[in-house]
Amino acid sequence: MDAVGTFLRLIWELGVYLFVVLPDLLPIILYLATPLALGALCGVINERSGVVNIGIEGIMLMAAFFGYLTGFALHDSIGSGPALGLGIIVAVLVGALLGLVHAWLTVSVRADQIIAGTMMNIAAFGITGYLNRLIISPSGRGGAGVITPFHISDSLANLPLVGPILAMFLDQGPIAMSVLVIVIVLQIALFRTRWGLRTRAVGEHPKAADTVGIDVYRQRYLNVILGCCFAGLAGAFLTLESTGSFQNGMTNGRGFIALAAMIFGRWTPIGAFGGALLFGTATALGVVVSVRVPEGDLGGIMQSIPSYWYAALPYLMTIVILAGVVGRSTPPAADGVPYVKEGKA
Amino acid sequence: MSWARRTFRQAWRVASIPLLATLLAFIVAAGVVILSSAFTSTGFDLFLPLAAYASLLVGAFGSGNGMVNTLVAAAPLVLGGLAVGIGFKAGLFNIGVPGQFLVGAFAAAVVGSALASAPTVIAAPLAMLAGAAGGAAFGFIPGFLKARTGAHEVVTTIMLNNAAFYLLGWVLTDFARAPGFSFSRTGEIGNSALPVLVGRNLHIGIPLAFLTVFAVRWLLDRTTIGFEIRTVGQNPSAARYAGMRPVFVTTLTMTLSGLLGGLAGAVQTLGVIGFYAAGVAGTVGFDSIAVALLGRSDPIGILFAAILFGAFRAGAPLMQIETSVPIEVIDIIQALVILFLAADLLVRRVFRIRAATPVIPDLATVTQTWAGGGSAGSTAP
Repeated sequence: MDAVGTFLRLIWELGVYLFVVLPDLLPIILYLATPLALGALCGVINERSGVVNIGIEGIMLMAAFFGYLTGFALHDSIGSGPALGLGIIVAVLVGALLGLVHAWLTVSVRADQIIAGTMMNIAAFGITGYLNRLIISPSGRGGAGVITPFHISDSLANLPLVGPILAMFLDQGPIAMSVLVIVIVLQIALFRTRWGLRTRAVGEHPKAADTVGIDVYRQRYLNVILGCCFAGLAGAFLTLESTGSFQNGMTNGRGFIALAAMIFGRWTPIGAFGGALLFGTATALGVVVSVRVPEGDLGGIMQSIPSYWYAALPYLMTIVILAGVVGRSTPPAADGVPYVKEGKA
Repeated sequence: MSWARRTFRQAWRVASIPLLATLLAFIVAAGVVILSSAFTSTGFDLFLPLAAYASLLVGAFGSGNGMVNTLVAAAPLVLGGLAVGIGFKAGLFNIGVPGQFLVGAFAAAVVGSALASAPTVIAAPLAMLAGAAGGAAFGFIPGFLKARTGAHEVVTTIMLNNAAFYLLGWVLTDFARAPGFSFSRTGEIGNSALPVLVGRNLHIGIPLAFLTVFAVRWLLDRTTIGFEIRTVGQNPSAARYAGMRPVFVTTLTMTLSGLLGGLAGAVQTLGVIGFYAAGVAGTVGFDSIAVALLGRSDPIGILFAAILFGAFRAGAPLMQIETSVPIEVIDIIQALVILFLAADLLVRRVFRIRAATPVIPDLATVTQTWAGGGSAGSTAP
């Protein structure tokens, strides 16, 4: 009886702790969720048109590297502000270019989509590691730094209820700030525009789409390239807005967590964003526990959990969520199936 | 004479695409090396790839030591390649070899150091078994999840790789750390080390790995369960219709796959490294994917592919020292090999080959089960 009482009290304390600490956590959560959300959007746009892309991880890594490289090469001559801006543009272009490669492999060559994505991941790891060792490491110089985040005034942040929400979306750098806008625009575009209708048509029933005159190949190319621009932006976030440096393999599985967020969000932009926020929260928990120790027994317990467990939490959560959600969500019907035009087999 | 010609033609039909894909990969990677040479202090160098590939060859085959190193590097790749290959046979893509390798390496290192003063005949096999069991347990998880819930193994195994890294880091620092070292590692394995047969480091794990090739081949070609594995890989619904058990087969195959991945970790730990610490896995896990694809998921093919990649890994350090071409060029070559295998249409066009069978037919099942759509198990009663 006593043990049950203690347990219930601890659960209550955890709830109170989260309620108190969550408003302050919101900016960190969005910050951690940004690359996941952008990666998940890439997945949504790709898979809604029928192309599976597990190379998001690699595309992010390549974009992160080349964005960083641009800033690294140019910040002495043109100043770090313009160099960072150019870096973002380069990262997005790298994303688009790799999207073109993936589209060509999966749509035109009809290569196996999972293998094509795996190739992308290994190639990205190799190319970035190779160039890092060749160009950046020996120079001993730093990059262009990071984009200065925006800060809202204290009077706004301290407003009751809306204050923390405002801080969540505005106490950020430009890429993290743009995520919400991108999510809303894509949600509307996917379900309310001609592009969205065509996307869903080629993803669900390409043959029917072809019959009514939609160019399936063109639509899939367009979607894969567009989606990969967001993966590129996610890469830019990692090196140019978040860390300001490049390490080999720094994406660290984010591309795959993004895929889980996409599945969790049932292939909708808003759902995927929600999934990304959930993973962001799991990651943020490990960060905040060491900074703001809860009082009493709860604090003792949470502090006694090794930091390794907090580090593993997002990955374990991905598995649990996938196992719980997948059976009950329906992917686009033609997801992963190459389309062969009649008479062209 | 006609017999020889027929055998050759048959071998060419199977091996032509992998061989030509490798050749193309080297040619394209040469372009990368030439382009990137412009950014180094030595400046643009058209012949750098030739020099690099030459020292790669010398490093891998140029001396007795080099050849031994090639075989030593090939042993875990054979096992890892078999792990990925047996998954392909059942239409499963196990990207989790890095994690299974880590768990196997850790289990082998812990049991090995506990038995460090026991006789080798007892200690080494027990440590190997521990590694295999650890890998199998770690392979069971994604297999079971795929079979029961449809959670795709491509995502779950990658997540398990990351989770294994952190959770093993925790177990190591909090429970298994050996005193007296400047970093977190397990204790000396002493007598549990695999006996060295020839030279400095040609250990007994190498012939064992090569024998495993034939064991897996036997399992796949000569047993009922092998037949079930292959049938589920080619057509899950037909397999179910024929009264086979896709749920069971999927779980079992991933467990076997994990067992082989864990064995790879055990062989590397007990034969080469001698302890577990963060970062011991190196590149074995992801090399295994390329090895399995290059070997067309056929055990014998995997053996040859593993020796080839073992040669790359053994020769690469010398290449980096002599020509300053970063060893990561091997990763690039590897990705290109996979690219040309996945897009074998390209290889056929470049070399004007008409015949030749597709690289791995069972791969179609891997993509079909993405996100649970038509999964082997999720729709089972």
